[in-house]
Amino acid sequence: MRRLIRTTVGVALTAVMLFPVYWMINVSFTREQDMRADPPHLTPVGGTLEGYRAVLDQQLPYLGTSLLVGLGTVALTLVLAAPAGYALAKLRPVGGGLFSFALLIAQMIPGIIMAMGFYAIYLELGLLNTLPGLILADSTLAVPFGVLIFTAFMSGIPQELMQAAVVDGAGRLRTFWSVVLPVSRNSIVTVSLFAFLWSWSDFIYASTLDGGGDRQPITLGIYQYIGNNNQQWNAIMATAVLASVPATVLLVLAQRYVAAGVAAGAVKD
Amino acid sequence: MPDQTTPTPRRGGGAARVAGRQATGRRTADRWTADRWTAWAFLAPVAGYLLAFYAYPLYRNVELSLREYTVRSFVQGGAPFAGLDNYRRVLTDATFGPALWHTVVFTLASLVFQFGIGMALALFFHRHFPLARTLRALFLVPWLLPLIVSASTWSWLLNSDAGVVNAALEALGVGPVNWLTSPRWSLLSVIIANIWIGVPFNLVVLYSGLQSIPATVYEAAALDGAGGWQRFWRITFPLLRPVSAITLLLGLIYTLKVFDIIWIMTRGGPTDSSTTLATWSYRLGFGTLLPSFGPGAAVGNLLIVMALVAGLSYLRVRRRLQP
Repeated sequence: MRRLIRTTVGVALTAVMLFPVYWMINVSFTREQDMRADPPHLTPVGGTLEGYRAVLDQQLPYLGTSLLVGLGTVALTLVLAAPAGYALAKLRPVGGGLFSFALLIAQMIPGIIMAMGFYAIYLELGLLNTLPGLILADSTLAVPFGVLIFTAFMSGIPQELMQAAVVDGAGRLRTFWSVVLPVSRNSIVTVSLFAFLWSWSDFIYASTLDGGGDRQPITLGIYQYIGNNNQQWNAIMATAVLASVPATVLLVLAQRYVAAGVAAGAVKD
Repeated sequence: MPDQTTPTPRRGGGAARVAGRQATGRRTADRWTADRWTAWAFLAPVAGYLLAFYAYPLYRNVELSLREYTVRSFVQGGAPFAGLDNYRRVLTDATFGPALWHTVVFTLASLVFQFGIGMALALFFHRHFPLARTLRALFLVPWLLPLIVSASTWSWLLNSDAGVVNAALEALGVGPVNWLTSPRWSLLSVIIANIWIGVPFNLVVLYSGLQSIPATVYEAAALDGAGGWQRFWRITFPLLRPVSAITLLLGLIYTLKVFDIIWIMTRGGPTDSSTTLATWSYRLGFGTLLPSFGPGAAVGNLLIVMALVAGLSYLRVRRRLQP
């Protein structure tokens, strides 16, 4: 009985917490003329797909750009972070402690400050409003986190496993590639998920470094929507719903990785 | 923090390593020393990356704040050195006081409520019941949504005429509140949205902290006749102190950085009533047609000093707690 009461309370609390998300979905189906109804329509019954039609007409390129930038960020993050994690976890580099310290500090720098510095540099290099520029900037959200996660996971790999490879005549690079990486699958998934999610969600670098580009990510798509046609809220919310899809997929498919990432001191800025 | 997916070093692994090293003698020792240097081959990409994409932008930012930039000299170079003029200008600006105050209020209010609610929920979910796992997972949703999605959803929830929050207030007989358009309420509105976003993080970390407290401690306390309230204050709270300290400090570091939510919901307005140092810095550098990069960078650097103070105390606490 008490368990049942707890479950009921739990469902109620979750409902309160997720109400804004429900409302976003509800509004995305609401017809234009019902938008300011009083009292508001609480369910999307009798709603419209207008909002989603508008999204498909106007926002698909933005979603495509975000996908591309996200994948680019994941690739760059993995290439940089995995070897570093291996070195810090297993090879005890000279100055490794200092290096980990620098990574922790790097995570604490506010994005707006990085953005201003990047802006000045990109202006000189002509990287403003380019996808590689945005990918590079977005990767700064994930690389320090990635190195820390890889270090934590890889220090758990038994030393014997690697010694066996060394005995077989494998060099450090080979050991890394054919022993360490395959057993680190979990950490690769975790880091990839977060790198993708953060670059997909990034607004600050997109708005400062790609504000005038012809290929903009979905966060800017929504932002301009809010600015331009203040009235078409079903379309705005429909875009928001579609922009939330990666987060939802991530939660469903990889809940345990997410929990691991959060518990490892995951960062969101 | 224990978690099933975080590997912990195998027990005895260190001992085996030491024994192995002694057995093979000098050659292994040499190899081991050589490793310490080959390690840098693996580290070199990230080291270069940190220098190019962290250190250099930071350096450029300091340089920006020390020169007198116009849009023209920003593009073409040759801005005159201005010393600390930008800082002086920023510190005496009418916006500085309010922005600093709002940063403090925003950060403290967010932290207190995120932590309080997160702790209550963690304690609640710690009493196992059917569906607890699923519901706990659903609680993560607000944290995973892109900030622009959360911020625009909250903008519409809090809309003065058509927002569902005002509709609910009306049903209760309370008049409409201009959440985002009145200087009295705008800061509160962005704080509410930020608390909503931050609760899941606190919940997950505190929950994993709770799980690491052995059940036997509670059983012993129950045998001694300790009630639920006593158990919380005498056992849970003291044992959770390390995790709590880290959660709060991480929260502090991330809350100081918050920019997206405020900028998207209110742009720091109306009339600076929800401006924090982060949004002010953005507005100076990017928010107007005539950017003032120098002062913007100066504000940013003040913010970074605050973040670093928070960050270093986090590292201190962490080192003290984890031998």
